[in-house]
Amino acid sequence: MRPASRNKTESLYFDYPHFDAPQLAARNERQSTQVAIVGAGPIGMTAALALAREGISSVLFDAKSTFNDGSRAICIARPSYYILEQLGAIKPFLEKSLPWTTGRTFYRGRQILEFEMPDSADEKYRPMYNLQQQYIEAFLWQAVDASDLIETRWQSEVTGVADHEDDSVMLTVRDPAGEYDFCAEWVLACDGARSPMRKLRGKRLQGENFEGRYVIADIQMNHDYPTIRRALFDPDCRPGGTVLVHKQPENIWRIDYQLTDEESTEDALLEHTVRSSVAAVLKDLEFDGPWELEWWSVYTANTLALDDYRDGRVFFVGDSAHIVPIFGVRGLNNGLADAANIGWKLGWVLKGRAGTGLLDSYTPERRGATLEEFSNATKSARFMPPRTHGWKLMRDAALSLAVNNPFAGELANPRQMTAFTYSGSPAVAADDPAFASGPVTGAVLRDVKLRDGYISEALGHGFTALCFDPELAQSVKTQAGENDTLATVTLPASAQDKFSACKESLYLLRPDMHIAARWYKAQPQQVIDTYRKVTFYHEVDL
Amino acid sequence: MSPEDLEKTYQSLALNIDKIGEDNSELFLAKLVLLLAHESGNFEEVQQHINNAAASLSE
Repeated sequence: MRPASRNKTESLYFDYPHFDAPQLAARNERQSTQVAIVGAGPIGMTAALALAREGISSVLFDAKSTFNDGSRAICIARPSYYILEQLGAIKPFLEKSLPWTTGRTFYRGRQILEFEMPDSADEKYRPMYNLQQQYIEAFLWQAVDASDLIETRWQSEVTGVADHEDDSVMLTVRDPAGEYDFCAEWVLACDGARSPMRKLRGKRLQGENFEGRYVIADIQMNHDYPTIRRALFDPDCRPGGTVLVHKQPENIWRIDYQLTDEESTEDALLEHTVRSSVAAVLKDLEFDGPWELEWWSVYTANTLALDDYRDGRVFFVGDSAHIVPIFGVRGLNNGLADAANIGWKLGWVLKGRAGTGLLDSYTPERRGATLEEFSNATKSARFMPPRTHGWKLMRDAALSLAVNNPFAGELANPRQMTAFTYSGSPAVAADDPAFASGPVTGAVLRDVKLRDGYISEALGHGFTALCFDPELAQSVKTQAGENDTLATVTLPASAQDKFSACKESLYLLRPDMHIAARWYKAQPQQVIDTYRKVTFYHEVDL
Repeated sequence: MSPEDLEKTYQSLALNIDKIGEDNSELFLAKLVLLLAHESGNFEEVQQHINNAAASLSE
C-alpha cells in the first residue's frame, strides 16, 4: 500500500514500466510452445532464463501490466547470486544492491550480539545483498527482454488448464482482446503464494498457519548507518515485540514489526497507524530527521507446502509450491533455486541430454529444501513470535542473560541461508566414505579462489569433473561419449585441501554446481557411468 | 558446552516448560536449578550465577 497522496504504483524512487498486451496477429500466430510459464515475477523470469540457457524457448504469461508493486523480498543470499551469474543477469544486481555481512541484536536498547556471517577471500560473493524486489524484477526483465528464446505476454491471465491428449497441456488465456487456447508440452506455475494455477489443478498447500503477523514498511530517509541488519527485541516502541531494520538502495529503509494480538490487521494497515508506528521506531533508532513513507504491507508467518511439486506436466515453482516465514530469507531465495533446478532439468530432458526420470528429482530436492526450512523455522522464528509460554520464557531468559553473558546472545544468532544438500536425491550418487571431510555429495560447491579467478568461473556449461590430476581429466574426457555434456577442469594441487582430496580424487558437479558424486580415488569409467545414471541417460530417446 | 548442545538444551527447556504447563513452570525451573547447583557442588560459583541471573532484572 502507498500513502493516499500517491497513486497505486507511484514510488518515491522507482518508475514502474507499463507493458502492453500482445499484438493480436502475433499472439494468434503462435499457439503452442514447449514450455509455458505462468507468472512473470522473479521466479517465472528466472525459470525462463534457466531454460533459455539450455537453448529451450518458452512463453511467459502474466496477468499484470507491470512488475509486482513494492519492495517485498529484499534479501538475496549468496547461492542466488551464483544462479544470477549463470543466467547472465548478475551485473546490474552487483551494481545496485547493498552487500552485508553483519547483524546487530539489541535488547531493550542495549546491544547484546553482533554476528558476522561466514565470509572469506575464497568467496566470490558476500553472504547477503539487499535489493528491492522491483529492481530484482527489472534486472531479470532486462535479461528476459534481451533473449530471443523468451516471449512474454503481459495482461494475459491464465484462466484454465487441462491435460491435452497424453503429451501436452491446454491453457486458456484471457487478454484484453479476448480468450484463446494455448498448448504447451510442459507448464511451470510460478504464479505466487495465492497461485491461481494451484487452485485450477485442485491442489492445496499443507502445513500449519502459525499466528504471527508483521507489518513491513519502507521509508526514505538520510540515515547515517552502515548496511547492518538490526533486530530490536522488546524495544520502547514495541514493548514485548520485535523490530527488524534493513537498509536498501536509494536511501530506503525497511522497518519490519510484529503485531500484537490486540492490534487488528485492518487498523495496523491504516496510513496514520503505520506513520505513528514508524515514528516510534525511529525514535528508538535516535533518528530525528525528515522521512517519507514509501510503501507498506502485512504478512503472516506460515509454513505451508504442496506434498508434490509436480502434477503431471505442471510443475509448481516458488511460492506457488511453498510458503515459509519471511525472516528465514528463504522465500525468494528458495524460489530462485526452484526455478534454476527445474530449468536445467527440463532443459536437459527436452534437449535429449537427460531422461525424463530426472524430472522426478525436482520435488525431493526442492521440497526437501522447504522442509529443512520448516524445521529451522522454530529456530529462526523463535525470536520473532514466541507462540507458547515455554518458548517465550526461554527467549526472555536468553535475551535477559545476554546483556552480561555473550554466550546467551549467540542463541539469538539467526542461522543464515546456505544452499540445501540434496543427499538421497535420485539425481546424486551416494557419498564416498573414503573422504575425511570436504563438501559432501549433494551439497553445493564451495567456491575457491585460484590464482586467476574462482573455480566457479572455470566450470563447463553442463556437468564438470573437477580433477587434481591432468591425466585423470584426460582419461575422463577420452572415455566420455559425444552425447555426454561433461567438461573437465584440473585444479592445482594447492586446492586439494579445500576438498579434502588427493591427486586421484574427483568431484563431479551438476550444472547447478551441486555435487553429483565424488571419489577419493576415481576410475574414469565410474565417473562416466555415474554421470549417465544421475542424468537418467538410459531413458533418453536417441 | 558447545553451541549445538546449548541450542538443544534451550529447546528441551522450552518444550518441557510447555509440557509441564505455565502453572508449574516456576516450580520446574527452581527444581532444575537446585539439581544443577547440587551437581556443581561449588557454593561460591552457584552464588555468582544467582547474582548474574538476577542482575538485569532489578531495574
